[in-house]
Amino acid sequence: MKIQNYCRLAFAGITDNEKFVRSAVAAFCSSLNPTLEEINDIKTAVSEAITNSIVHGYGEEVGEIVIEVYLLSDCVEIKIIDNGCGFENIEKAMQPFYTSKPNDERSGMGFTIMQAFMDNVVVESKVGNGTMVTMQKRIYKVKC
Amino acid sequence: MINAKKYGGTITAYITGDVDEHTAQSLREFLDRIIENEIFSTLIIDFSAVDFMDSTGLGMLIGRYKKLKKKGIPLLVSGVSPQIDKVFKISGIYQIVKKVG
Repeated sequence: MKIQNYCRLAFAGITDNEKFVRSAVAAFCSSLNPTLEEINDIKTAVSEAITNSIVHGYGEEVGEIVIEVYLLSDCVEIKIIDNGCGFENIEKAMQPFYTSKPNDERSGMGFTIMQAFMDNVVVESKVGNGTMVTMQKRIYKVKC
Repeated sequence: MINAKKYGGTITAYITGDVDEHTAQSLREFLDRIIENEIFSTLIIDFSAVDFMDSTGLGMLIGRYKKLKKKGIPLLVSGVSPQIDKVFKISGIYQIVKKVG
């Protein structure tokens, strides 16, 4: 499918940036004329992925996170990339209620929410080499 | 931001703005001060003025639920927007934290 537009944003992996980044992604996607629910779904999924990179990928360190947003004719594709610690067992990490930090009041629902709010979620991760989450969401246009 | 009002035995905590990794810690601390220091029979957390919430808010709620459960005090939520409602429903949290209003 042909890319109509794209943007790439690199930012410090600190929680101060979460609101800015999810709002920026939502604003960039607005040209596809999504519904409010679709925009909220995208913002929620992006927030989950960024939080994972900050909390689980980098932990106490501050690393860089890159987010790429591709606008296709009726679909948005978002990549969230970090160079954090990565993880070995992707299937286990994506299970509902699983958290690598059980003592930190984590719900373990991050990946479950990404999967529920987006149409497709693919996670690639390697221990010591970071994580890339690729998510796609179809934007359903009202036919006139 | 968060503030609270007490009517009879019910304390309602009103959250304003976004609930995410950046804001959750201050919300936890505020609510824990209430749980530890006040005498009450029900805690309602009101989300009417919350613009956005991700799963960090779920962790925050479950943590408060566990503390309140030890005291036999129910935790309720109110003013839930469609975006937050979707997060709550997917998590199954309504099985332990009821929605009112």
